[in-house]
Amino acid sequence: MKTSRRNFIREIAAGAGTMLFSLRANAVDPVEDFTGHPDRIGMLVDLSLCIGCRKCEEACKQANHLPPPTVPLEDKSVFEQPRRTDAEHYTVVNRFVSDQPDEPPVFVKKQCMHCEEPACASACLVGALTKSREGPVLYNKDICLGCRYCMIACPFSIPAYEYHNATTPQVRKCTLCYERIKDGQMPACAAICPNEAITFGKRTDLIKLAEEKIIRNPGKYQDHIYGVTEAGGTSWLYLSEVPFATIGFPMDLGTKPFPDYTRGFLSAVPVVFVVWPALLGGFYLFSKNRQQRLSKADDLDIHGKETE
Amino acid sequence: MMKPTANGSIAVQQWIQDNLLLGRPMPRYLRGLITPLNVIAGLIIVIGLPLIVSRYVFGLGAVTHASDDQPWGAFLGWGLFSGVPLASTGFIMASAVYLFGLKQYYPLLRPAVLTGFIGYFFAVVYLLVDLGQPWRLPYPMILSFGTGSVMFLVAWHVALYLSTQFVEFCPAIFEWLGADRFRRWALSVTIGATIFGVILSTLHQSALGALLLLAPAKLHPLWYSPYLPLLFFVSSIFAGLSMVIVESTLISRFLPARMDPANHQALDRLTLGLGKGAALVMITYFALKVVALAHGHHWNLLGTKYGIWFLIEMVAFVLLPCFLFVLGVRNARVGIVRLAACIAILGIFANRFTVSMFAFNWQLPHREFFYWKEILVIATIVSIEILVYRWIVNRLPVHREHPKYRAMH
Repeated sequence: MKTSRRNFIREIAAGAGTMLFSLRANAVDPVEDFTGHPDRIGMLVDLSLCIGCRKCEEACKQANHLPPPTVPLEDKSVFEQPRRTDAEHYTVVNRFVSDQPDEPPVFVKKQCMHCEEPACASACLVGALTKSREGPVLYNKDICLGCRYCMIACPFSIPAYEYHNATTPQVRKCTLCYERIKDGQMPACAAICPNEAITFGKRTDLIKLAEEKIIRNPGKYQDHIYGVTEAGGTSWLYLSEVPFATIGFPMDLGTKPFPDYTRGFLSAVPVVFVVWPALLGGFYLFSKNRQQRLSKADDLDIHGKETE
Repeated sequence: MMKPTANGSIAVQQWIQDNLLLGRPMPRYLRGLITPLNVIAGLIIVIGLPLIVSRYVFGLGAVTHASDDQPWGAFLGWGLFSGVPLASTGFIMASAVYLFGLKQYYPLLRPAVLTGFIGYFFAVVYLLVDLGQPWRLPYPMILSFGTGSVMFLVAWHVALYLSTQFVEFCPAIFEWLGADRFRRWALSVTIGATIFGVILSTLHQSALGALLLLAPAKLHPLWYSPYLPLLFFVSSIFAGLSMVIVESTLISRFLPARMDPANHQALDRLTLGLGKGAALVMITYFALKVVALAHGHHWNLLGTKYGIWFLIEMVAFVLLPCFLFVLGVRNARVGIVRLAACIAILGIFANRFTVSMFAFNWQLPHREFFYWKEILVIATIVSIEILVYRWIVNRLPVHREHPKYRAMH
C-alpha cells in the first residue's frame, strides 16, 4: 500500500489529536475543586444545650488514657480562668459570662476542629499529620520530629507538646476518637454528654440538621453555623444563641483553606530551580566575556606601546 | 630498621606542630591558650554544657519557657531565623566574585564562605537542641516527605546548602592538607556550586519568611504580609554584606597575623564597596517594607504599642544604618560603614525575633520570652562557634593565601 506524504502527515495529526483528547478525557479533576469525601463524619455542638458538667472532659481522658481531671468535675472554680487544650487535656470546657446580668453563662467545649484542609497537615515536614478519609485529622507519633510548626500553623491553637518528655515527646490533640469510630462507636464526648449537646454524624447531615434547628426555632440561634466555612471548613460545627465573637471563637480566619496561604510560595520553588541557572549562568558568561575583552584590550595596549 | 619509623613519627609530630599547634611545640602551645577570650568562653561553656545535657535528660521544658502558645522560642529566633540570614555571606560573596566578575573582592570570599558554613552548621546545632526528637532530623530526607510543607523545603535546603558550602570551602581545606589533586577537583566545581548555592539561598532565605505565611491570624498585621518571603530574602542580602564587613574588621583587628598584608591594605577600600552595596539593598528593603505596609493598609495600627515598635524598627534599624552606609561611602569613612554594619546586624535580630516571637500570638495576654537557661545555652553555643571560627582562621588559608598556591585563583 502506498501512502502519500500528505496522507501520512494527516494520519499522524489525527493520531496525535485523538491522544490529546483522550488524555483530556481521562484527566482527573483539579485538586482545588475537591470538596472532601462525601461520607466524612463531623460533630455538631448546640451550645444552648451545654450545661458545663465537664463529663466530656472526663470521658475524653479515659478514652485517650490520659490522667483523670486534676480539678474535680463538681468544682466550678475551674471556670474562673479560660483554659486551652494541652498535652493532658484534649478537650476543655470554658465558661463565658455575659455583660447582661440576667443572661445565663455560655459553656463552650474546645478541642481540635478537624479542619477540612488542615493547616497543621500542610505544615508538617514529614506528613505526620494527615486528614483521614473518614474525617479525623490523625497524628503519626512514629515520624514526628518535634519541630512544632503545626502548633504555629493551627488557627485554633489546639495542638500541644510534651515539653517535659526527653525521649518520646509527642504532639497531643483530639483524634475524634478515630479508633472508637472504626469500631462503630461514637466519640467518647458525644456518647457521655447527658444533655445531648454533641451530635455525631455525617458532616453533610449535621449541616442540614443545624440549618433545620435555626429555621424551626426563629430568633433562638445566631444565623450562623460556625465551622461550615471557617478556615475552609471544619469537622466540628457549632450552633450558638449568642454571637460567636463573644464566646472565644476566632472570627478573623476567613474562608480560605489554610494550605492555600503557602501554596503560592511553594509553586514558585520549581520555577526558581529552572530559571535561576540560566539567569545566573548568563551573568557569569557576560562578566567572563567582558573580562576577556578587557584583557585583550590591555594586550593591544602593551603591544602598541612596544612598537612606539 | 628503627630509623624510618623514628623519622616517620618525627614527621607526624612536625606535621601536627605545623598544622594544628600553630607551629609551636606542645607546651608552648598549651601555655598560649590562656587568653582572656579563652577563659571567658571556657567559663560559659563549663556552665552551659550541663544545661544542654539537662535538656536531653529532662526535655525541652527544662531549659526553656516554651509553651503551647509560644511553640518557638529563642533557640529558633536566634539560631535559625537570625542565624541563617546572617550566614548568607557565602552565597553573596561567591556570586559577586564568580558570577558578577567582581574579582577585587576575592580576598573576602573565603572568609565569607567560612562564615556562611559555620553559620549554617550551627543553625543545625540549634535545631538539634530545639527539636523534640533531634535524632529524627534525617527523617524528611529519607523516610517521609511532607512536600506540601515550607518546613520541608527549609530542611532540605539547609542540608543541601550546608553540603554545598562545605564543597565551596574545600579548596582551603585541601591547601592546608597539601592535597593538590583534591584541591583541583574541588575548584573545578566552583561555578556550579556557586549557582546551586544561589538557588538554594534564594529559596530558603525567603522560605523562612514563608513559614509564617501559615499564621495569618496569629502574626501581628504589621509584620504579616504576603511579601514576607521577599522581605526575608532582601534583608538577608544586607545581613550578609554587614557580616562580611564586621567579620573582616574583627579578624584584621584581633588576628592581624592571619591576614595577608595586601588584604589588610585593600580592606578599607573593599569595605567601602560592600557598604555601597549594603546601602543600595537597604534602600530597596525600606521601600519594600513601605509597600508591604501600604498593601496591608494597616496605617491605623502605627499608633499602637506594636506600631511604635514597628516604627522603631524602621527608623533605628533600617533607615539609620542605611543613612550611615551612604554617609560612610560618600565621605570614604570606613568607621561609619562599620558602625552601620553593626546596626544592620542588630536590625536583623530585631526583625527576626519580632516576626518569630514578639509579634506572634500578640493577642494573648501573658507571654514569657526569655528564660535565663535558654540564654546561657545560646551563649554556650555562640562561644563554641567563635572558638571554632578562630581555630580555622588560625590554621587554614582563609584571610591569607597559602604560599604554595599564591595567585592561582
